[in-house]
Amino acid sequence: MSLDRAHGHHLLKEMLRIRRLEEKSAELYGAMKIRGFLHLCIGEEAVAVGVLPSIRPEDAVVSTYREHGHALARGISARAILAEMYGKQEGCSRGRGGSMHLFDRATRFYGGNAIVGGGLPIAVGLALADRMQKRNSVTCCFFGEGAVAEGEFHESMNLSALWRLPVLFACENNLYAMGTALARSESVLDLVSKAASYGIPADSVDGMDVLQVEEAARAAAASVRDTGMPCFLEIRTYRFRAHSMFDPELYRSKEEVEEWKKRDPIEGLARLLSDRGLLDDPERRRIEVEVEKEIADAVEFAEAGTLEPLEDLTRFVQSERSTVR
Amino acid sequence: MSRTVTYREAVREAIREALIEDPRVFLMGEDVGAYGGCFAVSKGLLEEFGPERIRDTPLSESVFVGAGIGAALGGMRPIVEIMTVNFSLLAADQILNTAATYLHMSGGQFNVPLVIRMATGGGKQLAAQHSHSLEGWYAHIPGIKVLSPATIADARGMLPAALEDPDPVLIFEHSSLYNLKGELSQDAGKVAIDRAEVRRSGKDLTIITYSASLYKALEAAEELARDGIEAEVIDLRTLRPLDEKTFLDSVARTHRALVVDEGWRSGGLSAEISARIMEKTFFDLDGPVERVCSAEVPMPYAKHLEDAALPQKETVVAKAREMVRRG
Repeated sequence: MSLDRAHGHHLLKEMLRIRRLEEKSAELYGAMKIRGFLHLCIGEEAVAVGVLPSIRPEDAVVSTYREHGHALARGISARAILAEMYGKQEGCSRGRGGSMHLFDRATRFYGGNAIVGGGLPIAVGLALADRMQKRNSVTCCFFGEGAVAEGEFHESMNLSALWRLPVLFACENNLYAMGTALARSESVLDLVSKAASYGIPADSVDGMDVLQVEEAARAAAASVRDTGMPCFLEIRTYRFRAHSMFDPELYRSKEEVEEWKKRDPIEGLARLLSDRGLLDDPERRRIEVEVEKEIADAVEFAEAGTLEPLEDLTRFVQSERSTVR
Repeated sequence: MSRTVTYREAVREAIREALIEDPRVFLMGEDVGAYGGCFAVSKGLLEEFGPERIRDTPLSESVFVGAGIGAALGGMRPIVEIMTVNFSLLAADQILNTAATYLHMSGGQFNVPLVIRMATGGGKQLAAQHSHSLEGWYAHIPGIKVLSPATIADARGMLPAALEDPDPVLIFEHSSLYNLKGELSQDAGKVAIDRAEVRRSGKDLTIITYSASLYKALEAAEELARDGIEAEVIDLRTLRPLDEKTFLDSVARTHRALVVDEGWRSGGLSAEISARIMEKTFFDLDGPVERVCSAEVPMPYAKHLEDAALPQKETVVAKAREMVRRG
């Protein structure tokens, strides 16, 4: 897709929606409106915004506990996401999941999985179901580079390649598994070669450049759809904020963070657009105002949300026959 | 009309029927295809149904159980076979953290219609990594159902019931039962999975058990009957959710309860059953609830040690006599 004004504005707005939602979430955490763990993806917005348009509405998405951006870019409303973090029943998981477990049947969003590596086998199975039912679908599976150390990564690479299953493995490499740098946990740092060793087509892309992510993801998704084989895409990114709200960030220097902030994916795109004459100040302000309104509306929605009655505590341990699909 | 079949054949017939009747059903696990199943349960199915539906997996319990969950979410009805309960620990993350949680964690949006079968239990001198009885441990977990077929009819009929269930069901097949022979009616099929069964009636005490221990309990009851002690024997069948009404009603009549469980005593299923009897029918009891469980050791290899570690007819008889003698 060539970069015209409309597309450029769309990408910018999508990334800003995530950024502002995350900033608001941090603020609401400070105000004790959101509790539990909160993992923000500020700095990593280009991943969700670049990858998710490469798959179709009927495709499936499996994600991690750092999934607000994926959920929003996939089409779950900011209202449903924030209400979930508020623990309200209007939330996308009725308040049962919270920040780490956003789910949505309508968009086939199979959850934030908070066990590192735990989502990969699920994605393999969803793709197996597609294959066995002769659907030409792709399952997009997000995971961090920390998952590469888990056995489930290797088991999933092997089985998906062996059985030729249509999974797009989107590995967000933000360099730190919580506080453990890749170099302190992996004997081989080249993630692409790990996937390639299973016979899986594998590539790596600059995750701070949404246009490059978009292009690489489109190629990877097309390859999965055309060949039925899995693909592995490493997206090199960086988390500007702490791992969670409890993280004092002892494991990296402020200078390193500042260095990466110079490569902010949002400001990078904005600069490119204005250099090419595709974005002026009033346009940027208009986009910001629209996003601000959406987030303010979501906060209002979450505030007005209701708590699930206590009688419902043990619902959904077993399916209710009437709701089984 | 009935015919004589083995427990193994009964399970195979159930799998075969499901494969024929429902195109969404498939079987996957280690050595289920070319080898014919570690316990020969799936022998011949690869030839009949082909590799798409009888899937040999790598030795990767976590991914093939997780793939079973994903395939179930994607509209299939997978039967996942894990060789033994000890190996299921390599997939414990997927069973506990995903299969059991998805429906609740997603606010009711994603149910997981998955069936996992595995062998359990000791008695074959397979030592400490192939012989344990962890079904009671799985019965601790909300979000899954735990079935334990002891009879040929249940081996035949629990699988179709499990496949109809919209949520994850674990079926534990005791490895010493596969060669058990018994009568099966010509039209045998699905059985109820929501209740325990009284396998022998009696008035003097209630023996509550399940799986292979059922036969030890029944033999013990025969011997006790020769002394004039009439034991009622209850087969729990489903370990989660427990049908407590059946055993509570029985204990209220017999006033004595003995739990026979191949699992370990500490924190085990026998402790749960004992607690429920105390909570709900305490004043009907003539004496304390007693238990015959496996010794608290990893299962030893040597036969005399393994025999001593497992509940046996003799230990059940001795404990029952002691209870009745006490008054």
